[in-house]
Amino acid sequence: MNEHILSVKDLHTSFTTEKGEVKAVNGVSFDLDKGKILGIVGESGSGKSVTAYSVMRILEANGKIDSGEVLYKGQDITKFSEKQMRDFRGKCCSIIFQDPMTSLNPVFTVGNQLKEAIELHTSRKGKEAENRAVEMLTLVGVNEPEKRIKQYPFEFSGGMRQRVMIAMALACEPDILIADEPTTALDVTIQAQILELMQDLQKKMGMAIIMVTHDLGVIADMCDEIIVMYGGRVCERGTAEDIFYRPSHEYTKGLLSSIPDVEKIGEKLHPIPGTPINLLNMPKGCAFCPRCESAMKICLNEQPPEMQLPDGHYASCWLNIKKAMEAKEGAAQHE
Amino acid sequence: MDNTNNNIDQMPKKSPFSMQIDLQKFEKATDEEKHQQEVMSNSSSFFKDGMKRLKKNPLAMGSIIVLILIVLMIIITPHVIPYQYSQIITVDGVRDKSASNMAPLKHSDLEKEYIKKGGKVFPHLMGTDELGRDYFVRVVYGTRISLTVGIIASILVLLIGVLYGSISGYFGGRVDMVMMRIVDVIYSVPDLLMIILLSVVLNEILDVNSFPFMQKLGTNMISLFIVFGLLYWVGMARLVRGQILTVKENEYVLAAQVSGAKSGRIIRKHILPNCISVIIISAALQIPSAIFTESFLSFIGLGVKSPMPSLGSLANEARAGLTTYSYKLIFPAIMIALITLAFNLLGDGLRDAFDPKLRR
Amino acid sequence: MTKYVGKRIVLALVTLFIVCGITFFAMNAIPGGPFDGEKAISPEVKAEMEKRFNLDKPVSQQFIIYMKNILHGDFGVSAKTGRDIGKTISTSFKVSAKLGAMAIITAVVFGVILGSSAALTRNHLPDRLIIFLSTLISALPSFVLASLLLLTFCIKLKWIPVWNPKNPNYILPVISLAAYPMAYITRLTKTSMLDAMGQDYVRTAKAKGVASWKVLFKHALRNALIPVVTYVGPMIASILTGSLVIEKIFTIGGLGSKFVDSITNRDYPLIMGVTIFLAVLMVTMNLITDIVYKIIDPRINLD
Repeated sequence: MNEHILSVKDLHTSFTTEKGEVKAVNGVSFDLDKGKILGIVGESGSGKSVTAYSVMRILEANGKIDSGEVLYKGQDITKFSEKQMRDFRGKCCSIIFQDPMTSLNPVFTVGNQLKEAIELHTSRKGKEAENRAVEMLTLVGVNEPEKRIKQYPFEFSGGMRQRVMIAMALACEPDILIADEPTTALDVTIQAQILELMQDLQKKMGMAIIMVTHDLGVIADMCDEIIVMYGGRVCERGTAEDIFYRPSHEYTKGLLSSIPDVEKIGEKLHPIPGTPINLLNMPKGCAFCPRCESAMKICLNEQPPEMQLPDGHYASCWLNIKKAMEAKEGAAQHE
Repeated sequence: MDNTNNNIDQMPKKSPFSMQIDLQKFEKATDEEKHQQEVMSNSSSFFKDGMKRLKKNPLAMGSIIVLILIVLMIIITPHVIPYQYSQIITVDGVRDKSASNMAPLKHSDLEKEYIKKGGKVFPHLMGTDELGRDYFVRVVYGTRISLTVGIIASILVLLIGVLYGSISGYFGGRVDMVMMRIVDVIYSVPDLLMIILLSVVLNEILDVNSFPFMQKLGTNMISLFIVFGLLYWVGMARLVRGQILTVKENEYVLAAQVSGAKSGRIIRKHILPNCISVIIISAALQIPSAIFTESFLSFIGLGVKSPMPSLGSLANEARAGLTTYSYKLIFPAIMIALITLAFNLLGDGLRDAFDPKLRR
Repeated sequence: MTKYVGKRIVLALVTLFIVCGITFFAMNAIPGGPFDGEKAISPEVKAEMEKRFNLDKPVSQQFIIYMKNILHGDFGVSAKTGRDIGKTISTSFKVSAKLGAMAIITAVVFGVILGSSAALTRNHLPDRLIIFLSTLISALPSFVLASLLLLTFCIKLKWIPVWNPKNPNYILPVISLAAYPMAYITRLTKTSMLDAMGQDYVRTAKAKGVASWKVLFKHALRNALIPVVTYVGPMIASILTGSLVIEKIFTIGGLGSKFVDSITNRDYPLIMGVTIFLAVLMVTMNLITDIVYKIIDPRINLD
C-alpha cells in the first residue's frame, strides 16, 4: 500500500454554541494520494468545509476535533503543538477560501501579504522574497506583476484576487492544496479560468488537491476521487464515473436528479424534499433518513455501514445492504 | 446493537452478510416515523425575538427597573414630602435660619424644639442647602427637569432627524446629495460652542414674559432646545438615510416585490423593522447625551434659572461648600450617574437584542 | 486623493465662515452698544468713538472688517479689561494645550491597550472588569468626576496639592479630562478588535502559518484602529469643551476658564474671540483627522 500523503480516519469535529453542541463532522474518513485530486461534495451544512478546516486546524475558537486522526505522511496532526502546526500550515498544506475579497487583508498590499507567506516558510527574505512573489503572480497569470505587487486587494477584480490567493497558497510549494469553494463567488466564465489554472498548476507543481464544493459540475471534470457528504458523514465515495453513472446513495441520487436537464424542458423539477439536517440534534440512524423517500425502519435507528459495491466504489446505505442480502438469498434459493 | 458503531471505526470493507439483521427492519418507514427525527426551531416575529433576547439581558432589565423607580419617585415625592423645591424651611411659621446646610436626617435646633413641643417635622432625607431648602426635594425636582429636558430633546432630534433622513434616503439622487451636503456642514459646526453662544444671546434678546410657560424654564432651556433642534438631529438623519438606502437596495426587498408583495407590506414588514430598531436605539442613547449637555450648561451657569434646580446646577452650587458639605455634590452626582448609566445600558441592551446584523 | 482633501478643506472653510458669521451677528444682535452703559458722554464724543470702532458702519461691513482683522490675528480688545484679546488667548492657551495634549495621549494609549485586552480576554474576568469600569466612567459627566476627584484626593485625603501655576500637578485634571474619551475608546477598540478578529483575512493569516500574536497585532489591530482614528476629531472637541469646566473646578487659569468667565461677565468681544479661536481649532483638528483616516485606510477613495 502506498503511503498516502494525507489520511483522515474517523474524524469527529463539533462546535460549542449557546444552543448546544453542533456536530459538524461525524466520522469522516478518506485518503489522499500524492498528486491526486480529491473532491468533497455536499450542500451547505454537510460538514465539508469543516472537514477541510479540521485538517488545517483553523477552526473557530468554539470548535474542536473530538476524536479521530489526521495523518500527514504518517504523523498525526491532531497531536501537533501550535508551533508544529505553524510550520505545517502554508508549507505542507495550504488552503484557499471562497471569498477572495474578504480573505485578503484590505490594508496591506498584495505584495506584502505574499511576502509574508514566503518569508515565513522559505529562506528567502526581502528582495528575494519579493522576486518570488512576482514569480508566483506570473505563474498564476496576473499581468504586470511588478506593478500589481504594490497594489491593494480592492484594486483587483474577483478573478484576479482568487489568483492572488492561489499564488499565496502555492508560494511555498505545499504538498497539499485545499480549495474551499474557490469558484463559488466568481462569475461562470472566470470559474472556468480558475479551475483550468488549478489543473495547470497541479500538473506543473505536482501537489495533491482537495476540492471542496457543492457544485457537481466542478467536481466531475477535475477529480480523481469524489466523496459525497451529508450531515457530517460520508454517504458515497468513488470516481466521477461511479458517482454520476451509478449513484448508490439516495442522497446522491437526489442531488443528481435535482439538476435541471436541458433535454427535459417543461418537466417539473425534483428538488430533494424536506429541509437540511439540524446538526444540533443528530438522528440516531442515517442522517438522510427524514428526507429519504425510500427510508426503511432500520434507517431510523441504525447508521448504515459503508459497503463496497460490485463496481468497486463505496456507499453507506441500508438499501444496498438490503439488495445484497436479497441477492444472496436469491442465489441461495437457486441452489 | 452496537455492530454499526464498530464498523465505522475501521476502514469499512466488512461484508454485510456477517451481520445479524432482522429482515423486518427493512420495511419502509412511515412519514410519521421520519418526522419524529426532525427538530426545527420555532419561528417568531422579529419583534418577539428581540424582546425575548432583551428580557434575558439582566443589565438592560435592571436599567428599566431603575428608570421606572426613578419616574415613580418623581411622581410620588411631591405628594409625600411636604416641602417645595424653592421653599425655605419655616418652623411653626418662623423662618428658620439655622436650618441651612444641614447634613442628611438631621434637625435644626428650632425643629428639635418644635418636635419636643409635640409637632411633626418631616425628616430632611438629604439635608438642606445653603438657603435652607430641603435638598431631597431639590434633587428630585432636578432629576425631573433633567429627565424632561433629555426626553424632549431626544424627541426633537428623533422627529427632525427621521423626517429629514427619510426624505433624503427615499428620494435619492440630487435631492439626497444636496441634503447631505447641508448635513455635512452642520455636522462640522462645533455644537457646544454654538449652544453657549446662542444661550448668551437669547438671554438678552428673548423677552421671557411674552411666553408665560417659558418663564419657569428660563431662556437658557429654550436656547438649548433651539440648538438641539438646529444641530443635533444630523446624526439621526444620517443614520436613517443610510438605513433606507441599504434597505432599498437590499435583495430581500426585491425578493418581496418579486413574490408579489405590495409596497405597503414591503415597507411595513421589511423596511421599517430594520429602521425602527436603529432609530429607537439611537434615540435611547440620545437621552443621556442631552442630559449631559444640559448639566454641563447648568454647571457653567447657562442652564435653568434659579431657583429651579437641575442636577447640573445643583452640582455646581455644591462646589462652593465642598469641603464641609460634600454630600451636596454626591447626591446629584449619583442621580446623574444612575440615569445616564440606565439609559446607556438600556440602549446597549436594545442594540444587542434588536440589531439583526449583530452576531455573537 | 487630492480631490478628497480639497473637498474637505472647502468644507472646513465654509464651516468656519458660517461659525464666524453666526458668532458675529449673534453678538451684534444683543441690544445696546458697548458705550451705552458708560457715564454720560456727550453725543459728539460718542459719535467719535463709534466712528473709531467702526460702529457707525452697517453690520455686514463691520463683519468684513472684523474678519479681516482676525486674519491678521487682531481679535480686538476685551470690553471689561481692555486687554488685547489675541494676547489673552495665546497666553492662556498654553496651559490648556498642554493639558489637552496629555489628556489626548492618555485617552488614546490607555484606551487602545485596555480595549485590545478586553477583546483578547473576551468573556473572562479582565474583559468584564474593563467593560464594567468603562461603562461606569462614561456615565459620569467630566465635571462631576472632576469634583469628586477634587473632593477625595485634594480635600479629604490631601494626597494631591491644589493647582499651583508655578508647580502644576497635572494628574487630576488630566484624569478628569481623559476619563470619558478613554472609556469610549476602550469600548470602541474592543468592538472593533473583535470585529477584525472575526474577519476572513485573519483566518487566512492563520492558515498561512502566521504566529497568533502577529495575526492579532499585525492583521487585526491595524484594521481595528481605523474606527478609532475617526473618533479623534470628536474626542478633541469633547476635551476642549471639557476643559471649560475642568479648569474652573481645579482653578487652572487656562483658556477654558477665561471663556467661562467671559460668559459670566458678558464680555462680548472676548466671547467672540475665544469662540472663533476654539472653532478654528476644532475644525482644523477634524480636517486633519479626515485626512489621516484616508491615509491609513486605502479603501476610502470616495467622499
